[in-house]
Amino acid sequence: MTATTEQREGLVEVHGVHKSYGTLEVLSGVDLVVRPGEVTVVIGPSGSGKSTLLRVINHLEKVDRGFVAIDGDLIGYARKGDTLRELKEKDILRQRTRIGFVFQSFNLFPHLTALENVVEAPVSAQGRPRSEVEPEARALLERVGLGDKADARPRQLSGGQQQRVAIARALATRPKVLLFDEPTSALDPELVGEVLDVIKDLARGGTTMIVVTHEIGFARELADTVVFIDAGRIVEQGPPAQVLDHPAHERTKAFLDKVL
Amino acid sequence: MSAPTLARPSAPVPAAGREELERLRVLPARHPGRWIATAVVAVLLAMVISSLVTNAQWGWDIVRQYLTWPSILSGVWGTIRLTVAAAVIGFGLGTVLALMRLSRSPLLQSVAWLYIWVFRSVPLILQLLLWYNLAYLYPTLTAGIPFGPGFHEFETGNLVGKFGAAILGLGLSQAAYSAEIVRAGIIGVDQGQHEAAAALGIPRARQQVRIVLPQAMRTIVPTSVNEIIGLLKGTSVVYVLAYGELFYTVGVIYGRNLRVVPLLLVAAIWYLVLTTVLTIAQFYLERYYARGALRTLPPTPVQKARWSLLVAWARLRGAPVPASVPAGWASANRTTGHLLRRGSTPSSRDVGGLV
Repeated sequence: MTATTEQREGLVEVHGVHKSYGTLEVLSGVDLVVRPGEVTVVIGPSGSGKSTLLRVINHLEKVDRGFVAIDGDLIGYARKGDTLRELKEKDILRQRTRIGFVFQSFNLFPHLTALENVVEAPVSAQGRPRSEVEPEARALLERVGLGDKADARPRQLSGGQQQRVAIARALATRPKVLLFDEPTSALDPELVGEVLDVIKDLARGGTTMIVVTHEIGFARELADTVVFIDAGRIVEQGPPAQVLDHPAHERTKAFLDKVL
Repeated sequence: MSAPTLARPSAPVPAAGREELERLRVLPARHPGRWIATAVVAVLLAMVISSLVTNAQWGWDIVRQYLTWPSILSGVWGTIRLTVAAAVIGFGLGTVLALMRLSRSPLLQSVAWLYIWVFRSVPLILQLLLWYNLAYLYPTLTAGIPFGPGFHEFETGNLVGKFGAAILGLGLSQAAYSAEIVRAGIIGVDQGQHEAAAALGIPRARQQVRIVLPQAMRTIVPTSVNEIIGLLKGTSVVYVLAYGELFYTVGVIYGRNLRVVPLLLVAAIWYLVLTTVLTIAQFYLERYYARGALRTLPPTPVQKARWSLLVAWARLRGAPVPASVPAGWASANRTTGHLLRRGSTPSSRDVGGLV
């Protein structure tokens, strides 16, 4: 619905990205290319910089050095001759409507119904008429299996249902790229499956996705590329069969031994 | 709910025994300490009421006479007007100041901080007198372009009269307090909400109005109503400007007829009435902004009364409780059959045993 396999959209380039919080360097020179329609799964120990990488891609965090581009457009900056000009917040917000973000803790708006959560961004950020957005939002809720929960508020839903609404909300602006920040880590074990099923469905539909997760089984099944990050650097990347089953690096091996 | 961890497996209650248990009367536990405390408080209460009734000095007949006296009513109206105007100015400007303090511009932050510092530091009564004497500082005020030509000149005395000085003083000082309340509400909203709104690309003004403020209202409302109640009573300070609000009016009357206590009582009763109205408004406002924060909203007093009546009527007739009454409400008020409610009654809504 949002991106068919023919639309070759959603090329993500991360180049030489550095990011520090105070004196702590969280990302120290990350290079990553995600081709349109591909699913990239990022794994690594906690504190390794996985989440920061995602937050840098949609400019929730500013980079200290390096750049991020989606389909050739720099995120957060505009090039004028040989200077990079920082974009105004308004323009950054517009860029973000092309990048869907799903949070670990859902972050649904608790005072709005599921439907209002999904409708909000297309109407207020993209200026589309409510009459056009609402049927689309209902269809999205239907697609994540919650067509009957349109009028429920987040607190009336289970964690798994909330995360599915959050995914529908992220899809509503028709993003080119979807970013998932540990989408199942805050869920009870028996609810993980329903959320992964929705993500798998999207992955097969050819949406460009970057997923930070600890679900190694999910990575094995759906990832085109698995990226292992440790201490702010990409240690190794490649197809799942290579990275997960025959890791070249000691650190990757040690990490996989712990989580598998 | 079963208890599988019990050391000794307990034998199930036989079916015949269950029905018998269901019919038994439930005796509540005794609380002698609570009874003694209740008795003490009841005696004290009786003493207060009896003194209110028997002591002629209270002058209840005069209270009754003046309660709806035309000039008192116009004083009440004066108090309401001051409170509403000052609350609108206070919370309008207060919200602006709160957003300024949270903005990323150092100048806006500092100006807001300075404003709050000054207006919280200077006593209200002093501020009121200053505003009333504005004409001494600036005999005329000019509307025009800053540092440029002016279009129209006003006499300050005409523009800022008693009412003007009163709402300026009350409103501007209220803004300093409201700003902090609104700011506390905004920073109390989960950071994830700001992030989610930003990640969706929602414009910044809309983020505040649609996402953040409605959630902040949950903490803003109780403190704000507190503030407005304070403001309502604070309007009595305006008597220094000889503006005809309730407290000044009462003073004028007892200055003439010397019935000080009964007239103070009249004012007290009116302040009670107005505060009661605000308290009721607070309940419904809080309930409105609790949407989303609670799974089910607390029942309103009207709902509670209706359900109690429906349950009582159904019991009298021995009929089942109507479906419009929530299940929890009917069963919480039962006096028999608590013991085996889960296993043996066909539905929790069934009211057994009383008839």
